[in-house]
Amino acid sequence: MSKELIRLRDVCMAFDDELVLDHLNLYFNDKEFLTLLGPSGCGKTTTLRIIGGFATPTSGDVLFDGVRINDVPPYQRQINTVFQKYALFPHLNVFENIAFGLRMQKRPDPNDPTGKRMAKIPEEEIRERVMEMLEVISLKGFEHRKPDALSGGQQQRVAIARALVNKPKVLLLDEPLAALDLKLRKDMQIELKRIQQQVGITFIYVTHDQEEALTMSDTIVVMDKGTIQQIGTPEDIYNEPKNAFVADFIGESNIIDGVMLRDKCVKMYGREFPCLDGGFAENEPVDVVIRPEDIDIVPVEQGQLVGTVTNVTFKGMQYDIIVDFKGFKWLIQTTDHSPVGSRIGIKIDPDGIHIMKKSQYSGMFGDYSSFSEEYDELDDASLAPDEEESGDEE
Amino acid sequence: MKNKLSRLTIPYVIWMALFVVAPIIMVVIYAFSSADGGFTLSNFAKMGTYAVVFTRSFKLAIIATIICLLIGYPVSYIMSKEGPRFQRIAMVLIMLPMWMNFLLRTYSWMSILENNGLLNQLFQKIGLIALYNNIFGTDIQFFRMINTQGAVVLGMVYNYLPFMILPIYSVIVKMDNSLIEAARDLGANTFNVFRRVILPLSLPGVLSGITMVFVPSVSTFAISKMLGGGTELLLGDLIEQQFLGGAYNPQLGAAISLVMMIIVVICMVVMNRFGEGEEQAVMM
Repeated sequence: MSKELIRLRDVCMAFDDELVLDHLNLYFNDKEFLTLLGPSGCGKTTTLRIIGGFATPTSGDVLFDGVRINDVPPYQRQINTVFQKYALFPHLNVFENIAFGLRMQKRPDPNDPTGKRMAKIPEEEIRERVMEMLEVISLKGFEHRKPDALSGGQQQRVAIARALVNKPKVLLLDEPLAALDLKLRKDMQIELKRIQQQVGITFIYVTHDQEEALTMSDTIVVMDKGTIQQIGTPEDIYNEPKNAFVADFIGESNIIDGVMLRDKCVKMYGREFPCLDGGFAENEPVDVVIRPEDIDIVPVEQGQLVGTVTNVTFKGMQYDIIVDFKGFKWLIQTTDHSPVGSRIGIKIDPDGIHIMKKSQYSGMFGDYSSFSEEYDELDDASLAPDEEESGDEE
Repeated sequence: MKNKLSRLTIPYVIWMALFVVAPIIMVVIYAFSSADGGFTLSNFAKMGTYAVVFTRSFKLAIIATIICLLIGYPVSYIMSKEGPRFQRIAMVLIMLPMWMNFLLRTYSWMSILENNGLLNQLFQKIGLIALYNNIFGTDIQFFRMINTQGAVVLGMVYNYLPFMILPIYSVIVKMDNSLIEAARDLGANTFNVFRRVILPLSLPGVLSGITMVFVPSVSTFAISKMLGGGTELLLGDLIEQQFLGGAYNPQLGAAISLVMMIIVVICMVVMNRFGEGEEQAVMM
């Protein structure tokens, strides 16, 4: 078990009268890749800025290794940040950009027996460490280029190197991949994870892209409206979402009203379905989550439910089909083609059904009635950089 | 499409040719002409006589530029860090004097600085002049402010300061705040953030500010005439005298103009080189 490094205790943040963070309690372990995930304006960037020292919480404490650091300025924290738009210094070349932090550092002079005199880092060591970093980010030979002569992905890697060369205990990353195209983003996800394992420090990563979060993280913190919705491993978050918000935000979900008859048995559409969940009150109304890939299409007579196909979209690996079950539309992902208008039966295995307690989010998500529009929105959201949130940073 | 649009530049090209290029050519031709129209270098031979005026003009212009920079940079920097409301008001205040006629503004300074002008009257009222006389055992009725080099520099600074503030301000205000945050994040304290990031990045604004103050300062004639009282002859006055004054000699005036223009161009080229060098030096 790795040890706790940073803790946020009862942190609140308000801009004017708007509460952006609402009594946040959160801790970060050493050497962990943790992702703060949520939609624009959920408070994830603000959380990051508080840890980095660029914002002071309205109330609550920030602890680093058990010491309160609320009032410690950014340059005295063992934390470095990779900014959303890289923020490379345009007047310095790659080498000098990476060396910037080292040139700012002073440490006890090794030639001074009293150990009180401070000295700059010698030029040879700076050179050595920068070159080492260039190797880590695979940009050797680029040291004399100015940032504007680099591609987006290269600038990104320089920004990471510039932060890592200072050997921080924590690296904060604020949507660092948002400005890259899809292919590059996927490569960089793997690259980032590799770098994190190589240098062995804590990464705190902010994104609104659920796929990015699932790919890289050890732990995901799902946030909405300034509060934490769920903390867990990617598998936990995907398989056992705590409420309709999380289920909808991570992947695709059909969320149906149901009633828990007894342990391991839920009733929806007037039918009983076996499931694996328990611990609910008898006849407690619940939200039932069924992932589109956990639904099997069967002949009508064998189906637990029977519905009509209303829309088919070819997605390459699978078809996304929309099926109307008594007015509520489900998304089903299948490799078999079913024509629009056909009647199909479906079957759901007990482990494909996940039961959630009712929450403030119940009834807001999980219906695919407005399928096509919603799909467009999702695509847009994953491509557009998180502008709205950077707006509330002033 | 492109051709159609480029046709729109024709009037401007004609304008430039008629009123910028042609006069410069005429200045060059005049400079190398004698009074009867023949070719001569004698106009330049006289230049040595005016070395004093050249030196004085450049000295005053350099002093005015330095003062403008020392005032203008902090003002631009502080302005850009304030809220948008403050910035708007400050901008109006800086521009306000420029909505008035240049000569009118300079005339007002005359009546402020005169021997029995506003300032001296004020000093008399508050007993400053009596105090001065007591301390130094003198018997003056007023401080001599007008018709000094100081008054000329004051006039230049007053008139051209906005040209220093505006370019520096516009560069600093556009600077990405995340660059400053990045520098702080990487361990730079306030001084180092300024020296290593803000200053080098604002250099282009500083350079154009210097150009925009220095060039009109070095060639001004109205300011020196009104605030210098004609005793402190500057290049501008000298040239004016050759064209309009009693010493009518347009050939010599053209030659002086040409030499001044060349010196200014050399100054600017050196400045820009220095600017690029500074950028490198900051990295060291």
